[in-house]
Amino acid sequence: MTTAPAIELKGISKSFGPVQANKDISICVMPGTIHGIIGENGAGKSTLMSILYGFYKADAGEIFIAGQKTTIPDSQAAIAAGIGMVFQHFKLVENFTVLENIVLGAEDSGLLRPSLARARRELKALADEYELNVDPDAVVQDIGVGMQQRVEILKALYRRADILILDEPTGVLTPAEADHLFRILENLKREGKTIILITHKLREIMDATDTVSVMRRGEMTATVKTADTSPAELAELMVGRKVLLQVEKAPAQVGATILDVQNLNVTDNKGVHRVKDVSFNVKAGEILGIAGVSGNGQSELLEVLGGYEKATGQILMNGTPIDLTGAKSDGRSRRARGIAHVPEDRQREGLIMDYQAWENVAFGYHHDPAFQSGMFMNHAAIKADTVEKMARFDVRPPDPRLAAKSFSGGNQQKIVLAREIERNPDLLLIGQPTRGVDIGAIEFIHQQIVALRDQGKAILLVSVELEEILALSDRIAVMFDGRMMGERMPQDTDEKELGMMMAGMTKEDAA
Amino acid sequence: MDAMPKWADVVLIPLISLILAAILSALVILAIGESPVEALNLMIEGALGSTYGWGYTLYYATNFIFTGLAVSVAFHARMFNIGGEGQAMLGGLGVALICLYIPWPHWSLALFGAAIAAALFGAAWAAIPAFLQAKRGSHIVITTIMFNFIAAALLNYLLIGALKPTGSMEPATGKFPEATHLPSFQDMFSFGETALFRGAPANVSFFVAIIACFAVWALIWKTKLGYEIRSFGHSETAAKYAGISPTKIIMVSMLISGGLAGMMAINNVQGEAERLVLNAVEGAGFIGIAVALMGRSHPFGVFLAAILFGFLYQGGAELALWTKIPREMIVVIQALVILFTGALDDMVRAPLERMFLAMRRKGDA
Repeated sequence: MTTAPAIELKGISKSFGPVQANKDISICVMPGTIHGIIGENGAGKSTLMSILYGFYKADAGEIFIAGQKTTIPDSQAAIAAGIGMVFQHFKLVENFTVLENIVLGAEDSGLLRPSLARARRELKALADEYELNVDPDAVVQDIGVGMQQRVEILKALYRRADILILDEPTGVLTPAEADHLFRILENLKREGKTIILITHKLREIMDATDTVSVMRRGEMTATVKTADTSPAELAELMVGRKVLLQVEKAPAQVGATILDVQNLNVTDNKGVHRVKDVSFNVKAGEILGIAGVSGNGQSELLEVLGGYEKATGQILMNGTPIDLTGAKSDGRSRRARGIAHVPEDRQREGLIMDYQAWENVAFGYHHDPAFQSGMFMNHAAIKADTVEKMARFDVRPPDPRLAAKSFSGGNQQKIVLAREIERNPDLLLIGQPTRGVDIGAIEFIHQQIVALRDQGKAILLVSVELEEILALSDRIAVMFDGRMMGERMPQDTDEKELGMMMAGMTKEDAA
Repeated sequence: MDAMPKWADVVLIPLISLILAAILSALVILAIGESPVEALNLMIEGALGSTYGWGYTLYYATNFIFTGLAVSVAFHARMFNIGGEGQAMLGGLGVALICLYIPWPHWSLALFGAAIAAALFGAAWAAIPAFLQAKRGSHIVITTIMFNFIAAALLNYLLIGALKPTGSMEPATGKFPEATHLPSFQDMFSFGETALFRGAPANVSFFVAIIACFAVWALIWKTKLGYEIRSFGHSETAAKYAGISPTKIIMVSMLISGGLAGMMAINNVQGEAERLVLNAVEGAGFIGIAVALMGRSHPFGVFLAAILFGFLYQGGAELALWTKIPREMIVVIQALVILFTGALDDMVRAPLERMFLAMRRKGDA
């Protein structure tokens, strides 16, 4: 007798307005396996899992859990069916202890104490069994993200989950934390749990999964045994064509210092000291990559350089200081000094999503005399400029009147890049250049960054993707907790060392 | 791709909302035992059936155009200016001072001076809430509402004190000098024997309101400042990234907004009453919110919505005059229009979007 699949989905379809997020998706996950679902942003992975967890109702299709046809109207039903979910953004009460968070919503009775006592016992058993050690009495806001994620997993297990869904679990983790997570998943699998791992990182799929399903534009394009496939093949399945996974670049021709940052300190409006005494420089013709787990001061650093966060210390641009607090510390003055900025979050910062493409091409440069005619803005000139830029950066569809929100992530990023790079800046700040961008566009964006470097421009790259940092940078600096942990040349280092620095350890600590 | 063609968004949705509001109003009128058809006839006859009716409708519409534009400009910067009422009161004060204490040689100059004074006074009244919002984060909705009350109290104080002519028993200023009299529609459009717009208060400031519509349109969609205001309204974080100062945009958009609301006074104070009385604004500041919502914050939409509300105001007055339908009924009808066009927008929008999608799919297949 063959065992029934842990989860089987048949013909799931779901549309949001005009967008069909899932088209006739069927998938079969066997118990006791780690099943990866990979696809670009917007491929429909998260929608599919939200249907499975009862957040969305499918327009069509059936769900079978352990061979039984099941309907999942809400998350309570999903939990009852033995499904646990670990979200990309954790759903924890920050000022509760770990134990309280685990019990929350699953209390045995009106009294809290017996539930907590039982939870404590079970937690200990789970911790021993799966290498899921957490301190039950620690307050969630005081523990690291890796630990918070383990709390989320424990929450699911405490609710007797047999099937665990993890949505982009490594996005906020250091490489070491990610490795720890994968060990935990192995343990869970050995105990017969079924795990669905959603990710867009090929490496994780290759390392951790038994089977992998590929999604593209709402459709399931393939399901293969991980052992029988390769990253190149998966990438091709995701994008629909062959992709170059390596960036090709000549050695850097380093010139004079363009940006010199000295003893920079940033305190945000809540009084948190975000950037601590940071000094570094970027020279003409090189890419300085700043690695670090998200939230360690890189964003604030970019904001200061981009002119919309106050700071103390000194920043020299081409040898002369730039204003860090006064009237000239705004984006317009920075642009006038030859600093262009591709921000980390293009949807919140780099673009106005409701603006048409041409309005976005003027964004930040709307004072440019070429865009004026008398007291009014010269819309015709901006549109003409947009058509040109869209052609040069292969933005699709090349329609300057289309709203920014109607473009795919990759094409949105190309619009921002076109706007900033075509200004011929001395220094390009670029944050998370390929976040939420499809693999096909990643290739193009990386080529553009390298091309700008080869024209002798200075580039400051901030990315949480270590692979990207290693592939592009001529020099790598690592930030942790607002400090610079040190600089490395890419040829002298590896992911392991950088990963430790990202976790706040130096080589000496490790030794 | 947008779910709906633009014409559906701009024309169809407000129209359907309006019809829904009308149906519900009809039911309410039925419920109090009157005939909705008769009521509608009476309203149309009273507001649009004669040049006299039009004269009132357009007079009210002029007020609403100014306050509607005021709310719209602030909306574009995602500021909710509920203070149109108070700003218009202060505008009235400005007009009164200018008309009473400066000897104007001709009405055109008086209009020019009064418009500037009205705008300055209205803008000044908006400036304090704007500053508090920009610098201290005090919510503009709360502060502008509070400033409405302060404005009312201030006018009360002045109209029973300093501005009241000695011996007068009424809380109002004295009558403005003859030279400040604005040509009414009757003055302008009556030729020979036929007196059009006889006795109706519509006056030359209606044309100022139309000019204001064009000016606001050009400001918002054609200038750098308008671009910055809209950018800030769409996304503050993006605006900061682009080097647009939030403080500047909040201040400037609120000053323009307050100025427009204040300018209403050239119509109701200088044009109609020709003196400043208590409660001269009569809620037009609040109607401006509905007008801006219904007009989608676009000057042309504001113009149309203002005419509609002018019609409701004038038609409603007629209704109260000739039927047992109480005056409050008009407030109910107006409230329903606001409810459907503003607050319940999505109720109409969502099914309509689905319908257009279904049609498009069919078209594709």
